[in-house]
Amino acid sequence: MSTDWDVIIGLEVHCELKTATKLFCGCRNAFGDEPNTNVCPVCAGLPGSLPVLNRRAVELAMAIGTALHCDIRPSTFHRKNYFYPDQPKDYQISQYDEPLNADGWLELPDGTRVGIERAHMEEDTGKTTHAGTSGRIHGADYSLVDYNRAGVPLVEIVSRPDMRSAAQARAYAAELRAVLVATGASDGKMEEGSMRVDANVSVRRTADDPLGTRCEIKNLNSLRSLVRAVEYEVERQIALIEAGGTVDQQTRHWDEGTGRTETLRSKEEANDYRYFLEPDLVPLVPDPEWIAAVAETLGPLPAERRSRLAGVLSEGGDGPTEAQLDQILTVVDLGLDQLVVEAAAAGVGAPLALARTANQAATDPEAARRLDPESYVALLALEQDGSLTATQVKEVLAELLAAGGGDPAAIARAKGYEALSEDSLADTVAGVVADHAAEWERYRGGEDKLAQFFIGQVMKATRGQANGKAVVAELQRLRG
Amino acid sequence: MTAPRPAADIARDVRSGSRRAVDVVDGYLAAIADREAEVHAFNLVLAEGARERADDIDRRVAAGEDPGALAGVPVAVKDNLCTRGVPTTCSSRILEGWCPPYDATVVERLAAAGAVVVGKTNMDEFAMGSSTETSATGPTRNPWDLDRVPGGSSGGSAAAVAAGFAPLALGSDTGGSIRQPAALCGVVGLKPTYGTVSRYGLVAFASSLDQVGPFATTVADAAVLFDVIGGHDPADSTSLHRPTPRVTSVLDQGIDGMTVGVVREFLDGADADVSARIAAAAQALAAAGARVEEISVPSMRLALSAYYLIAPAEASSNLARYDGVRYGLRVDAPDTVAMNTATRSAGFGAEVKRRIMLGTYALSAGYFDAYYGQALRVRTRILEGFAEAYRRCDVLLGPTTPTTAFRLGAKVDDPLAMYLSDVCTIPTNLAGHPAVSVPFGTGDDGLPVGAQLLGPALEEGTLLRAAAVLEAAAPDDGRAPVPAARVGSGAGGAR
Repeated sequence: MSTDWDVIIGLEVHCELKTATKLFCGCRNAFGDEPNTNVCPVCAGLPGSLPVLNRRAVELAMAIGTALHCDIRPSTFHRKNYFYPDQPKDYQISQYDEPLNADGWLELPDGTRVGIERAHMEEDTGKTTHAGTSGRIHGADYSLVDYNRAGVPLVEIVSRPDMRSAAQARAYAAELRAVLVATGASDGKMEEGSMRVDANVSVRRTADDPLGTRCEIKNLNSLRSLVRAVEYEVERQIALIEAGGTVDQQTRHWDEGTGRTETLRSKEEANDYRYFLEPDLVPLVPDPEWIAAVAETLGPLPAERRSRLAGVLSEGGDGPTEAQLDQILTVVDLGLDQLVVEAAAAGVGAPLALARTANQAATDPEAARRLDPESYVALLALEQDGSLTATQVKEVLAELLAAGGGDPAAIARAKGYEALSEDSLADTVAGVVADHAAEWERYRGGEDKLAQFFIGQVMKATRGQANGKAVVAELQRLRG
Repeated sequence: MTAPRPAADIARDVRSGSRRAVDVVDGYLAAIADREAEVHAFNLVLAEGARERADDIDRRVAAGEDPGALAGVPVAVKDNLCTRGVPTTCSSRILEGWCPPYDATVVERLAAAGAVVVGKTNMDEFAMGSSTETSATGPTRNPWDLDRVPGGSSGGSAAAVAAGFAPLALGSDTGGSIRQPAALCGVVGLKPTYGTVSRYGLVAFASSLDQVGPFATTVADAAVLFDVIGGHDPADSTSLHRPTPRVTSVLDQGIDGMTVGVVREFLDGADADVSARIAAAAQALAAAGARVEEISVPSMRLALSAYYLIAPAEASSNLARYDGVRYGLRVDAPDTVAMNTATRSAGFGAEVKRRIMLGTYALSAGYFDAYYGQALRVRTRILEGFAEAYRRCDVLLGPTTPTTAFRLGAKVDDPLAMYLSDVCTIPTNLAGHPAVSVPFGTGDDGLPVGAQLLGPALEEGTLLRAAAVLEAAAPDDGRAPVPAARVGSGAGGAR
């Protein structure tokens, strides 16, 4: 990327709220059900039906606003009018000039603060599938609409144009996702569309120039797409300007296959949404007690949880290494940090607990979040005291995750790992030493590399179940 | 003197077992069979369903149950109120054959009170009109004179009550659509305070103005129906948190000491014979103990212009959903946008299209503030004008309409002339206030004149007390049901 240009990025993130029911009716809010099974007169937009605001959705939206340090304000709903088959009423109910949450910020792990302009509530549309070669509405043989998603509650979080690189945009999206998950407001799954990111990108030669014309990029289905699309778009705009052209304000579509953005519509083709106050709803004016009650339900947010883990790592030594900082990011991002905290509190070494959580528990984060922490701590303790090897821990953990918990010692015994108590290891090592007297003499004489030989022999005798470090420790003890 | 209440009397008799609901319903069905062909009050008569329902009510009475305050009372329901499994068309081609899978809240409440729905009444298409001539099923005729319009948009409901097809009917009032046809047909029509009657299941025209209300031959019957349909509904976010109204019990309290303001602006454009009737109505109120004064509310003059921006703006959004994708009419075309266009072109009539275009324009970027925004500011001015009037007066009086019923076809090609027939009723809707039209004699043409009483929000009880006084004092010649001799001539016997 040309580094001498000033890149300006702002993100608009839509997240689906994890409510039991939709925003304006009692239909189930669920992903992946049979098409058109969670539909009623209200979310199908039948004549005569009226919306009634979901109280829980407002609470989750306020939780997001609180976590993003927004002002939570009296707000209203508008109608955004445009024709589209997946929109049952041919208008979307959305907050417009009076959003529930405004003027906040989000701090990235590197300390950058990104401004939040607003985080407003709106309803989702249905989902259209276009049958035919193009996969788009133009040229489709026919189209199918699933209204299960119509009326699902969304919060749209609009950042200020405070990001200066694709990497920073990625960090913002990742941090925002962690915050959404931490508040319990959303599951933040980009692949299921419960978190959708649009990027506004512009460039200018220097930071002193006025802002350039921006393009909005849609269809970013992963953090990786976000980075690739922004990098592509920055290059495209710079090349355009350097060739003497100008950037037109456009909405562009990211094509994951070709790795390019393409024109979706120009500014002239943009809809006139004819916003006006939704007459079927009354203003939403949350009282201070309600706002405070929602704030009280919020647990610690990712930034706070990361610094808490860093603190745990720092006890009894230096601060976390670069690798450990990455592990902390992963563990907090996946909501597994409590496992590390509890293990460390129970006496398991924090580095071990962090490494196992980031590398192994993280392979199935959903199961890990459901895992009984006591059994997890007990398992790590078995590794810590040398009863189980790293390989064995991995095997036992897989069973714990599958069952949601259990007795790790019992699972280890059932797998035949029980022979590895300290006593039996000592017996095995003593036997191996007796059988290889010549090598033992050389090892005693200071030939440390022979430790590998003895480990190999012990492994052979235990069919690979011994802990290498424990073998070395026993050898050193015998050597005196 | 006890006010006449024929519908309530039916319910009393059915509940006591002295009359069978089936006989009541058969009597009204016979009247419908007799004259519906020339009046065309209904889009659909539910003869079989009504008899079954009446039968059920009789069985419940026989079993010792009480079916409710409207036991066995036939009610005609405007065809923009959703009825489960029964076509609800809004008199539009675009909803031809559409059967809602649910009942409007008011329809549920009718059922819970033991009422019997006898049919879906004709209306101006999507309630846009003042004569019922914009209906896709053809116009309804005024039972007083079949060459005259019944008013609109709830012309079918007003005509049904006036012709004796049902003692009660439900209509909806966005700019006068209950009161104006009530006046032209010589029946009582009440537009309740916005938010007192649920809009759930009322197919929207202009959501911030629409309100469901009763038609009846007498004030007391209108009060009974209002008490049944009113009260909070959690399915309507604009429904007020207020218990079911109880206006029935206050009707005979009189108006001694009440201050009545006769609104000069409402009389300005009215015909002389209509004005004379309103002067007589004012005298009747004074004779009953009210202090009557003339009052000017200048902002009333602005209401019509504001209304014809606000109502079409909301309508342009409310009617967007009729796109051929999910229900109702679909006219096939090569792609989705062409299908939308073909469907809407074929499905909507001229007046509906006119208002969709007006409203779309009023909300457009660059025009919003000059049109829609300005109309909202005028709406505030009108509220302020009323507030000032109600500091001096308890109720306001004026004509419901500037003229008696006009001839079919007289204004159908002149939208502005048609719009002017709602000039006295529109301000109430913009304010969200209640108002009632009560028959008060006839004009020089022998056709009914309606006196309109307006009140502040939630003062239906006060309004109906004054209405009851007017009803008792009114000459007999403008009252429905229309005497049999006056209908069926086909040439309008009342001239």
